[in-house]
Amino acid sequence: MVERGITLAAEGLTRLYGINLAVSDVTIELRRGEVIGLLGPNGAGKTTTMQMITGNLAPTNGAINVCGVDMIENPTAAKNRIGYLPEIPPLYRELRVDEFLTLAGRLRKIQRRDIKSAVNAAKQKCGLENMGRRLIGALSKGYRQRVGIAQAIIHEPDVIILDEPTVGLDPNQIREIRSLIRSLGDRHSIILSTHILPEVEAVCDRVHILDHGKVAYSDTIRGMQSARSEYVIDIALQNPPSESEISAKLDNAEVENKEGQEFRITHPYKDPTDIILKSAVEYGWGLFKLNPVQASLEEVFVQLTKTTQ
Amino acid sequence: MILTIIGKELKSMFASPLAWVLMAFLQGIFAFIFMSQLQSFSIMQGQLANTTNAPGLTEVAITPVFSVAAVVILFSVPLLTMRLIAEERRNQTMIFLISAPISMTQIILGKFFATVIFLEIIFVIACLMCFSVLPGGTLDFGLVFSCLLGISLLGGTFSAIGLFVSCLTNHPVVAAILSLAIALGLWIINLTAPDPESVLNLISIFSHWEPFLEGTIAVKNITYFILIISVFIILSIRRLDADRLHA
Repeated sequence: MVERGITLAAEGLTRLYGINLAVSDVTIELRRGEVIGLLGPNGAGKTTTMQMITGNLAPTNGAINVCGVDMIENPTAAKNRIGYLPEIPPLYRELRVDEFLTLAGRLRKIQRRDIKSAVNAAKQKCGLENMGRRLIGALSKGYRQRVGIAQAIIHEPDVIILDEPTVGLDPNQIREIRSLIRSLGDRHSIILSTHILPEVEAVCDRVHILDHGKVAYSDTIRGMQSARSEYVIDIALQNPPSESEISAKLDNAEVENKEGQEFRITHPYKDPTDIILKSAVEYGWGLFKLNPVQASLEEVFVQLTKTTQ
Repeated sequence: MILTIIGKELKSMFASPLAWVLMAFLQGIFAFIFMSQLQSFSIMQGQLANTTNAPGLTEVAITPVFSVAAVVILFSVPLLTMRLIAEERRNQTMIFLISAPISMTQIILGKFFATVIFLEIIFVIACLMCFSVLPGGTLDFGLVFSCLLGISLLGGTFSAIGLFVSCLTNHPVVAAILSLAIALGLWIINLTAPDPESVLNLISIFSHWEPFLEGTIAVKNITYFILIISVFIILSIRRLDADRLHA
């Protein structure tokens, strides 16, 4: 396998549920060492796409090729190169962590003599070193999620597919899982689905935004960030001048009085933080709060589709 | 690969109290029947000694154990098979098996053989219990073997039916009731057919099982059971494949 070679090529994936078109003509290409984010609101077809790539669902149309092996013609060989963590981690509550990971390894055709080291390596990567004897049913949600990731990576797959891996975790766990994903991304190719925008910006190299089963936008993270033209900042001023006055000083940005001393500044193409600070000092506005507003996925989505059309 | 699935299934079975309770319950019933039959044999012994061609210890004490065992497993195998696929679906663990590089055939066969092995443990222990009369008497080992073979085929048939029904639904309880209905239906279907040549007799489980109790091992009866088992296993595999294609 060539370094940076293509590990996964999914072309024209289409899936019908009865007469409902769940996914339509989705094409994804993944290279070694790349992390791709599948972003989209609920019901956009992220999970369906992932189920098709992992062989859990037969596509109505389209082809899936994993490291040169065709998923439809040779599913067992193709599946052996994929590790999959579904939305709900598939865990047997009655097994111990070690037992479960051994089972996962055996099912993925790891030789009996290598299984112990594979289990240990997977546990170490996912921070489960001291959890081997614990029953899965007795683990907290964060640890279950780690066991879920461990079972997906135990056979060193070329492609790892993670469906909303950080849902329901606390902020610390989210940070840990993200850095785990980032470190896995060095040697494996990863597809990550999420509806959280900062998550994609934190860990992914490229992003595909799905909407109503279609790829609505696809670019590198940098491309996406520069394409997001609007900047929105909330400020609060002790001695607020009129809205029009603020606007005039701030490069004619749009200013909206939210309540009392709070204003929302929207600049169409550049980050206005700098001139807000300068003007506030210069004209004595008494700035006491400045808060960049995180655009929601829907807003970004609208912005992005606006610019590409 | 099939061995891995079998191991996993057995581990899960024995991790739940259901398997242990079921095993204890079945052994208790077998032991009770065995004891009562042994008692009546010791009472009848005097009369039997004077009759020609009298039934021996095996006919009086062992055969009834298997005859009751058949009815008891008819009702208890559905409890064992109900969770095979239905519970995996319910707990979202089916994805784990399907994503692994194994075929549907391997999954189904693994689960089927795990159930059969579990039943076999019960039957073999029942046989060992019957052998406890050996220090004081003799047994017709041919008849015991015939009963054991018959009940194993019967257990396999009920397992295959239960496995297939478990593939149809997400609810273990629904699976248990439905597989009981199918197995019981096939069991009693010949009640209304006095004519031994009737089609109903041909498809009835009971009419193919009875000869084993009399010590008759006929190819046609063995073929019948293997045929039924194969049909339900193939249906199960097709059913799981259909999930992937049409779900």
